[in-house]
Amino acid sequence: MFPIRKAVWLAPKVRLIEVEAQRVAKHHQPGHFVIIRVRDPGERIPLTMATSDAQAGTITLVVQVVGATTEMLCDLEAGESILNVVGPLGKPTEIEDFGHAVLVGGGVGTAVIYPQAEALKKVGNTVSAIIGGRTKEYVIFEKELAEHCDVVHPCTDDGSYGYNGFVTGKLQELLEDESQKIGAVITAGPVPMMRAIAKVTKPFNVRTIVSLNPIMVDGTGMCGGCRVSVGGETKFACVDGPEFEAQDVDFDELVDRLATYQTQEKIAWDRLHKCQDCSKS
Amino acid sequence: MKPAERMKIDRQPMTEQDASARAKNFREVNQGYADEAATQEALRCLKCKDAKCVNGCPVGIDIAGFVGAVADGDLNKAANILLAANVLPGITGRVCPQETQCEQYCVRGKKGVSVGIGYLERFVADWARENREDLFEPPPPTGKKVAVVGSGPAGLTCAGELSKMGHAVTIFEALHKAGGVLVYGIPEFRLPNHIVEAEVDGLRRRGVDIVTDVVIGQTYTIPELLEEEGFHAVFVGNGAGLPVFQGIPGENLKGVYSANEFLTRVNLMGGYMFDAGETDTPIIRASQAVVVGGGNTAMDSVRTAKRLGANPATLIYRRSREEMPARVEEIKHAEEEGVIFRLLNNPIEILGDDKGWVRAVRCIKMELGEPDDSGRRRPVPVEGSEFELPCQVFIEAIGTGANPLLTQTTPGLEVNRWGNIIVDENNMTSIPGVFAGGDIVRGGATVILAMGDGKGSSVAMHEYLMNGK
Ligand SMILES: Cc1cc2nc3c(=O)[nH]c(=O)nc-3n(C[C@H](O)[C@H](O)[C@H](O)COP(=O)(O)OP(=O)(O)OC[C@H]3O[C@@H](n4cnc5c(N)ncnc54)[C@H](O)[C@@H]3O)c2cc1C
Ligand SMILES: Cc1cc2nc3c(=O)[nH]c(=O)nc-3n(C[C@H](O)[C@H](O)[C@H](O)COP(=O)(O)OP(=O)(O)OC[C@H]3O[C@@H](n4cnc5c(N)ncnc54)[C@H](O)[C@@H]3O)c2cc1C
Ligand code: SF4
Ligand code: SF4
Ligand code: FES
Repeated sequence: MFPIRKAVWLAPKVRLIEVEAQRVAKHHQPGHFVIIRVRDPGERIPLTMATSDAQAGTITLVVQVVGATTEMLCDLEAGESILNVVGPLGKPTEIEDFGHAVLVGGGVGTAVIYPQAEALKKVGNTVSAIIGGRTKEYVIFEKELAEHCDVVHPCTDDGSYGYNGFVTGKLQELLEDESQKIGAVITAGPVPMMRAIAKVTKPFNVRTIVSLNPIMVDGTGMCGGCRVSVGGETKFACVDGPEFEAQDVDFDELVDRLATYQTQEKIAWDRLHKCQDCSKS
Repeated sequence: MKPAERMKIDRQPMTEQDASARAKNFREVNQGYADEAATQEALRCLKCKDAKCVNGCPVGIDIAGFVGAVADGDLNKAANILLAANVLPGITGRVCPQETQCEQYCVRGKKGVSVGIGYLERFVADWARENREDLFEPPPPTGKKVAVVGSGPAGLTCAGELSKMGHAVTIFEALHKAGGVLVYGIPEFRLPNHIVEAEVDGLRRRGVDIVTDVVIGQTYTIPELLEEEGFHAVFVGNGAGLPVFQGIPGENLKGVYSANEFLTRVNLMGGYMFDAGETDTPIIRASQAVVVGGGNTAMDSVRTAKRLGANPATLIYRRSREEMPARVEEIKHAEEEGVIFRLLNNPIEILGDDKGWVRAVRCIKMELGEPDDSGRRRPVPVEGSEFELPCQVFIEAIGTGANPLLTQTTPGLEVNRWGNIIVDENNMTSIPGVFAGGDIVRGGATVILAMGDGKGSSVAMHEYLMNGK
């Protein structure tokens, strides 16, 4: 059992969960993720660690409710527990001095780039972050990122806060400004956003790294369910990634494979809500 | 009873669930012997002086001894004999390939049918589990701490033996449940999970600490276990859990699974109960499924697909039936359940529809040519014989490789060119104090060989821990 120390809503349907996981916290590096199971029986789902505190033995997850398991997880309060937490999994982010590194976070991806910002700054980069949300209330982690970044550019789709438009628009601006001397773009967020970013950076020949989120089961390279095509080769995202060179990724295939269980995901969601309704009445 | 009378008794059949019924459920196929059948079967044993059957058992069970005790109705004694040599008889009795091991050497097989050693082993083990308390005197502690990586048969056996010697043992398991292939791979209709759970609970009662959710190589490295976590020795039994894909076009279509993923979703995660609302892990139920391979994994996958509703559920294998490495009983059961065998065929491409789902697999006919390195005749494609088999789920069960997650993070650990850990005659690796056994050393092998390695290693580890050798 992994006790939850803190659970707060950061934005609609986006929850920050700090959980005790001593062993994981001790070894966490930026880019690592965990796989959790809320209860038994229950699905195993991967989540990136936003931060960790080795001393306190805690890790912090930022979770967006998209289906049954993320909803069950986000229903938990401090004092309750998560049944299984395994990690850290995946390869850590390659941290090097790119000169100027631009981090782009969309939605909960903003939490994913947070530890990267800290590590990139430490090795001497100028670090900019572009973070996006639908409206102002969806922009998360701005204050936290500002601690490690030279600049943070919030963006909203409706212009209610910061840059008026998508993160890709802001990134395009920066790339076009030659004085920025961007050495690398590192991004995490919804697949359509990461794909759009790969398109934007391509003509500029800037190294671009994306954090992929295929469906996973074990997270140890045992099942092959998380396979993605990168540079024409099959890779297992849980052990070879989850970060890859954006220009090599077959995004169409990733999007397609993510839809494998759409029908069942809907059934699980409806089931969860039906049960909650009947237990209320 | 005189040998002549014993010779007159026919082999007692195993009670099985009816084939058409069981092809729709996940309950165990074999129902076990009734007491009377067990006694009769045991009486068939000739109690040979120079019992050849024992040579076929990798752990050297005193077969005539335990079978004789069953014939005498002394099940307590039978269980004592069995458990002295084999800590997981309820499991091996169900899954050992008896026909190539103990039963192959039984004299009664020379002129007729061998004694049902596996069935009797299972009978005694099930009786013991249900009727006996596991009486256990904790041995005096040695003060030595041992870490065991992986909770498959190799790790469980090694841990059990070491704890009997008084060492403090901790098993680290990557998944959320202990048992290895026994719980994530082998389906419930062959080996119910509760049997494995009972064995694991037995180890816990003996004081073995089983810690799930720890991936060695990620959560801890082996050098850390030895240098920081205070372990005096390590046994690595992390299995051969790396799925091998054929590398044919179409493998990333929706509906293509490795056997590992398919079976893990169904067995470990209980995916077959998703529709009933009892679990959250989805699995695709195809109306037509094709599996490629000829081993136990392939047989388990195709019978699982059948149970999830595929009709037909087809197995493609590039050699002929004689070369199939699966247990004979599983092949027979699969056939009875209506699995279609397409022998001497090989898939060359997986075809998808316009939505990215599998719609068919293109195959080519094979014929057997000259013998290859393994001594088996090499299958060669017959030109111009391609054809399509329609299916919505395609499962690759052509074998597994060594998972590099642990070996790559252990500096100085020597592996061969397939990534299997190299060990000496004491099962010690190139790192002093680190031992290994089971599939990670042998490549995909069997439960009993993994157990044999676990046991052999425990003896060598005890020697190392106590005398520094
Ligand atoms: C390496 C990695 C890191 C991730 N980090 C985060 C994070 O920090 N915060 C966060 O909110 N989400 C993260 N995700 C995504 C998260 O795992 C999914 O949102 C979650 O599994 C959905 O489960 P569900 O039951 O709530 O929804 P479902 O109804 O099951 O599915 C909703 C969506 O999630 C996808 N999905 C379903 N099951 C899985 C699975 N086992 N693995 C991956 N995707 C799945 C589906 O394709 C679908 O698009 C990450 C995914 C990966 C692979
Ligand atoms: C579907 C299937 C059917 C089979 N049927 C039969 C049969 O009928 N009869 C038979 O004799 N044999 C059968 N086999 C083969 C047999 O199961 C294996 O030979 C045996 O399980 C190997 O045992 P092991 O202990 O070496 O490894 P495994 O059983 O593979 O167990 C290894 C364990 O280690 C864990 N692990 C892996 N990496 C790490 C890590 N880095 N850190 C922590 N834990 C880790 C894994 O999660 C797993 O639980 C079958 C195999 C399969 C896949
Ligand atoms: S362990 Fe396996 S080989 Fe040995 S007697 Fe039992 S069934 Fe036969
Ligand atoms: S060889 Fe067969 S008959 Fe002889 S002791 Fe062994 S099981 Fe009995
Ligand atoms: S999640 Fe199973 S191999 Fe990556």
